[in-house]
Amino acid sequence: MITWRLLSSARGVAITTLVILVATVLVPALHLLTPSNSALHIPAHVMALFGKYLCFAMLALSIDLIWGFCGILSLGHGAFFALGGYGMGMYLMRQIGTRGVYGNAELPDFMVFLNWNELPWYWYGFDQFWFAALMVLLVPGLLAFLFGLLAFRSRVSGVYLSIITQALTFALMLAFFRNDMGFGGNNGLTDFKDILGFNLQSGSTRAALFAVSCLALAASLLTCLFITRSRLGTVMTAIRDAESRTRFLGYRVEAFKLFAFTLSACIAGLAGALYVPQVGIINPSEFAPANSIEAVIWAAIGGRGTLFGPIIGAIVVNFGKSWFTSVLPDIWLFALGGLFLAVTLFLPQGLAGLFKMRARKPVVPPIPAAQPEAAE
Amino acid sequence: MELAAGSILYLDGVSVSFDGFKALNDLSFTVAPGEMRAIIGPNGAGKTTMMDVVTGKTRPDTGDVLFKGDCDLTRLDEAQIAQLGIGRKFQKPSVYEKLTVTENISLALSGDRSVYASLFWRISPAQQIRVEHILEIIRLTPQRDMIAARLSHGQKQWLEIGMLLAQDPKLLLVDEPVAGMTDAETAATAELLKSIAGEHSVVVVEHDMAFVRELDVKVTVLHEGSVLSEGSLDHVSADQRVIEVYLGR
Repeated sequence: MITWRLLSSARGVAITTLVILVATVLVPALHLLTPSNSALHIPAHVMALFGKYLCFAMLALSIDLIWGFCGILSLGHGAFFALGGYGMGMYLMRQIGTRGVYGNAELPDFMVFLNWNELPWYWYGFDQFWFAALMVLLVPGLLAFLFGLLAFRSRVSGVYLSIITQALTFALMLAFFRNDMGFGGNNGLTDFKDILGFNLQSGSTRAALFAVSCLALAASLLTCLFITRSRLGTVMTAIRDAESRTRFLGYRVEAFKLFAFTLSACIAGLAGALYVPQVGIINPSEFAPANSIEAVIWAAIGGRGTLFGPIIGAIVVNFGKSWFTSVLPDIWLFALGGLFLAVTLFLPQGLAGLFKMRARKPVVPPIPAAQPEAAE
Repeated sequence: MELAAGSILYLDGVSVSFDGFKALNDLSFTVAPGEMRAIIGPNGAGKTTMMDVVTGKTRPDTGDVLFKGDCDLTRLDEAQIAQLGIGRKFQKPSVYEKLTVTENISLALSGDRSVYASLFWRISPAQQIRVEHILEIIRLTPQRDMIAARLSHGQKQWLEIGMLLAQDPKLLLVDEPVAGMTDAETAATAELLKSIAGEHSVVVVEHDMAFVRELDVKVTVLHEGSVLSEGSLDHVSADQRVIEVYLGR
């Protein structure tokens, strides 16, 4: 059973990767190469919308790595996503230069507005793309590492861990709302002009951002697949199912959890960094606890412990959200709640389970013999 | 201290109390290398707490716990103690239900347990042979690809013993291995444990007197956190204090 399950999960990942790679080429091509009156043309706003979904999919994937495989339910993963977003936002702010309202080459508008005379030290270096790109991974990773070090060493787990991750993102939200933090207060960072010298509003830049999001998602997915199929992944699963047994086998449970948690935060940070240039703004509401919980719901709906399921879940749910909020705005939360209930009741393995059931029929005989999967 | 030299496990004056309740009270005993020892005692005698102390789950308030005569176990945590070569089998079968029998055993195989080494770990031919060998010992070769959840209770107990063997420990602590087993399974388990002793030291905690008789080894009787009597089963059964503890309530 397990070998077969692994196979099917790997197949789901393979198909998902393939679809993402096709989209990498096809969507930007359809946007750039077809005339805007063509039926095949993908308008910029649709591409940006799906680019956003891809970033959410990465966030859901990062949650699946720790929740689905290691049993760590983080209800504060939006914090790492938002930190990555702020890192990118800071770079984009510095790129505005003299084109801001106050025309200050050094200081972003909100700092001029607050009568600040010089750039705070933690903004240094963010005018360089390579530095910002590094920070986008490093800051969420470092925070997750320190947080995990304290939490996992003191053996905080289960709901207690979930609650403190929620507190973490809430505390960060309150901090980022403050003007004197130097991140633009409740307005956040916005009015971006260009990235690496390319105009953020142009079709080709948007197409490139979309393609990069696809590639980042595919790369994260394959990295997670490699990890979960290694012995490291088996140990993670072992920790999820019987933590103390694993400890008595001689594995340092906290080290494995810390690795998974830190890597997961880096993926979330990267997702946030790709999200910001596509939506054009980052503000403290991204730290809102509800955002993190919503991301967990995407993973649950998609099917945790499958890697590809949460990606499908994030895209389906967010597509539904966009559609409902424009057509039937009052119904969206009911629809989400209903979907969550329906999946919990009828699809315990999420949408990925649907895919598996379909794939299953020809593979496994209806009445399983003693060990039909021994053939692998 | 001179007693510690040459022993595999040495406990001296170990006391543990939980909220005033003395679970272990000045407990002292030693186990020799290659020896199998049965520990019996009524409920609350401190058998499981003793195992918790040896495996690092519980820190003693006072006393020495030495492994191989010189290694102080009270300073180490569970993972370090396991890596030193002390394996523990829990009272309730504790295997990974969602993994196959083979996966359960290969996860327990001795070797580098760091995160990095795990990422690139591949089973070696020698380890493959070892897994096969263990499967034979625990009689689960036909079930090798079955997920552990589908094993019977007795088979799960054996699988857990197999996982301990894969760890290649110097000392095995086995907590009530035959609880809930049929008579045939109990006899087979006694055989299995006896075949393990010699190469490894084994400490078995058990309630089942028939099983202890079958093991035919030195017995330590615990009562209220300390040693009440020690010797062959016949010797301790004749001990007046043991009879009082077992029959007097």
